Amino acid sequence: MYTETTHDAAHGEHHDHGPAKGLMRWVTTTNHKDIGTLYLWLAFIMLLYGGSMAMIIRLELFQPGLQWVEPHFFNQMTTMHGLVMVFGAIMPAFVGLANWLVPIMIGAPDMALPRMNNWSFWILPFAFTMLASTTFMEGGAPAFGWTFYAPLSTTFAPDTTDFFIFAVHLMGISSVMGAINIIATILNMRAPGMTLMKMPLFVWTWLITAYLLIAVMPVLAGAVTMMLTDRHFGTSFFDAAGGGDPVMFQHVFWFFGHPEVYIMILPAFGVISAIIPTFARKPLFGYSSMVYATASIAILSFMVWAHHMFTVGMPVAGELYFMYATILISVPTGVKVFNWVTTMWKGSMTFETPMLWALGFIVMFTIGGFSGLMLGVAPVDTQYHDTYFVVAHFHYVLVTGALYSIIAAFYYWVPKWTGHMYDEKLGKIHFWWSTIAVNVLFFPQHFVGLAGMPRRIPDYSLQFAEFNAISSIGGFAFGLAQVFFLYIVIKTIRGGEKATAQVWEGATGLEFEQLPSPPPYHSFTEAPPVR
Amino acid sequence: MIFNKLSRRFLVVVTGLVSMFSMSAARAEYELNMTQGVTPISQDIYSLHMLVFWICVVIGVVVFGAMAWSILHHRKSKGAVAANFHESTTIEIVWTVVPLLILIGIAIPATGTLLDLEDAKTNADITLQVTGIQWKWKYTYVDEDVSFISSLAQSSRDVMSDPTGNENYLLEVDEPVVLPINKKIRFLFHSSDVIHAWWVPELAVKQDSVPGFINDSWATIEEPGIYRGQCAELCGKDHGFMPIVVNAVSEAEYEQWLVSKKEEAAAAAASAEQEWSMKDLLARGETVYQANCSACHGPTGAGIPGAFPAMTGSPLVLGDAAGHIDVVVNGKAGTAMAAFKGQLNDVDLAAVVTYERNALGNSVGDMVQPSAIKNAR
Repeated sequence: MYTETTHDAAHGEHHDHGPAKGLMRWVTTTNHKDIGTLYLWLAFIMLLYGGSMAMIIRLELFQPGLQWVEPHFFNQMTTMHGLVMVFGAIMPAFVGLANWLVPIMIGAPDMALPRMNNWSFWILPFAFTMLASTTFMEGGAPAFGWTFYAPLSTTFAPDTTDFFIFAVHLMGISSVMGAINIIATILNMRAPGMTLMKMPLFVWTWLITAYLLIAVMPVLAGAVTMMLTDRHFGTSFFDAAGGGDPVMFQHVFWFFGHPEVYIMILPAFGVISAIIPTFARKPLFGYSSMVYATASIAILSFMVWAHHMFTVGMPVAGELYFMYATILISVPTGVKVFNWVTTMWKGSMTFETPMLWALGFIVMFTIGGFSGLMLGVAPVDTQYHDTYFVVAHFHYVLVTGALYSIIAAFYYWVPKWTGHMYDEKLGKIHFWWSTIAVNVLFFPQHFVGLAGMPRRIPDYSLQFAEFNAISSIGGFAFGLAQVFFLYIVIKTIRGGEKATAQVWEGATGLEFEQLPSPPPYHSFTEAPPVR
Repeated sequence: MIFNKLSRRFLVVVTGLVSMFSMSAARAEYELNMTQGVTPISQDIYSLHMLVFWICVVIGVVVFGAMAWSILHHRKSKGAVAANFHESTTIEIVWTVVPLLILIGIAIPATGTLLDLEDAKTNADITLQVTGIQWKWKYTYVDEDVSFISSLAQSSRDVMSDPTGNENYLLEVDEPVVLPINKKIRFLFHSSDVIHAWWVPELAVKQDSVPGFINDSWATIEEPGIYRGQCAELCGKDHGFMPIVVNAVSEAEYEQWLVSKKEEAAAAAASAEQEWSMKDLLARGETVYQANCSACHGPTGAGIPGAFPAMTGSPLVLGDAAGHIDVVVNGKAGTAMAAFKGQLNDVDLAAVVTYERNALGNSVGDMVQPSAIKNAR
């Protein structure tokens, strides 16, 4: 628990010194707000970088035939797009939100381990620079999909794969350190009276996510290390000719990979659970069942990994088990959606920009959940597996799910962070533009997938042409909308209508009740009262 | 304003979804929905797909309907005053148990279909071995001594810059696999390099071919016809260019086809006994090279720097013929270079080695005869 006395003894009365000046402020900072900002900017840059690769993919797929890029380069684009979006955009954005919000939500002065916090951020720019640099090397960037199945990624991969392996190691180290920090902060630094079951759901979901990270990032590290020794030191973990098993790679990868997708969605649940009650002016329905549902999803996430592998040739008993366990996840996930809808029920709703993004999240994440349930039914997955139906599914949960919640969080908390209101009109344009575009982009992919178009192909037969053209147009529009978002972000940081301390009429929580907007550089040097 | 747009959006999403799928359910349009296919399993899978889809639609209508109602009526601009209820154990139990019952309703038919799907071992009439090779398929009729390689048709390769009007673009092969109808066919899958997946939607067969392991699946095709599919697992550069064509015919036609394939094989074996001229070897070698080698080593022999070595000026190619033959025939362990002894016959191998030594900017001057390949095997 937080104690103010030790802190005061160390630093005397001079708490409110501001940040250092110049560039070194950002390099040497140990301040959770600065580091949160750094994470969020990195995530935004990676979003635009990963997005520009998506534009190349959609450009090539705009019409049948090979017009713009070679198949080998196309494979590099799909691979790097996936890696950059997962590890560079979505994950750092949520860590950035955690850095900014967890201390001010629980009444802590900073993160528990500020120097490690600095380190865990500053590893990332180097990791991604190294990963991106492979694009310009002989042999090219990784071209084996973000899932890097062996032996395509071992025996059959170019030398640049070693840079990829090292970059993944660095990202893993960064994530584990970030997770340790979040757990240490939440468990040790809550203000007196902030019991676990009083914590905002964003803090709860991040606490659970951090445990998932610590559990599975080392598994990923193990997978890439086995790849490395297979490639250079004569081992045969994934080579049947030496007694290994390429399918084992997939088991190891998805034992990491499935919890990973929940790492990318649980904090989103926390964000939505903060926004819906504020704009419905009504407390969150079923707080404790939300906490239990989050924990259930996290536990189940360790037990369903092989549903990504229904076609690899598993014993039928294994397939049955993984089917049952997978469709079971829809129960706690359903509970969450029902709770949000019930929170809105008989509320007094208004529809400012953060609320729009949150409502968009609920509808479209649920659509992604429906296709997820369909994919979980093992015999039918025979037809869905590795088609555009899967691409549509995971983009509905990751783009209109995870990314939408991050954008919602930006609009919801940016007045608190900067003290400036964003431009409401531009925010609404951003929402409607994105939402129409993203559905034009991803909804037709359900159809081409069901009609038989495999994923990760640079060219396709003519029957898929119309829907791919539509999808590409949606893609370009969605990409442009996020450049527009960049403009909104910069405009908001530079100025805007002054935000009140509470910001939103219905906002609750320590960050809105106890801190001005923007909060001082060092906040809660004394523990706030908790009701 | 915003609200109107929002509710309209829900309507569009929900009605669009329902109408698109119900239309396609009635007409079974391949373009919008999953194929019903031509095997008993494919039809079971289709029904299961539609069952789960309609369950999702109903849940969607209820959830989005409640949401839309709430957005319509419980808004501050209409003077709605917020209630303060925020928990109910009863309702939490209800919306945990009801979905659970729905899931059981899905799991029961799904279990039956899955057990059928996995029953490849019993009562198979024909066994077809399918080998995934970067980037083509090899088919071996296990009981018939018939074996051949099937790769993307030249008609598709020629029009990649503008395939407009090319029917079955990327879904055509040089040699389709022929199977009889109304027979239980057991497929055995394996791979000679990376993981591929053999997928023909109408047969509802999608199974990974994994190096070092054998997977199986089965189909009983009930209607004659041509069924097309593609590789479904990313397998490297030309993953998008290794289609599958199944020609399902009557049993009599199938038997006839087997006889003709055996005659072809005998003729090929005879031609391997004779001496070939440089001109004939080069002509044949070019065809073989473009079909089997150019994907990695490039149509002009330039390779892809850092990934695949060039042919032009390669020390191995310019060196001793025996060393060159050894790499082509036996492959190179630990690299992407495959052993071609299982893929090409003696004449093709002799021709392609001769071609590589005397074309693509190389001019060693010697010739490799089929007999030399035979000795190297």
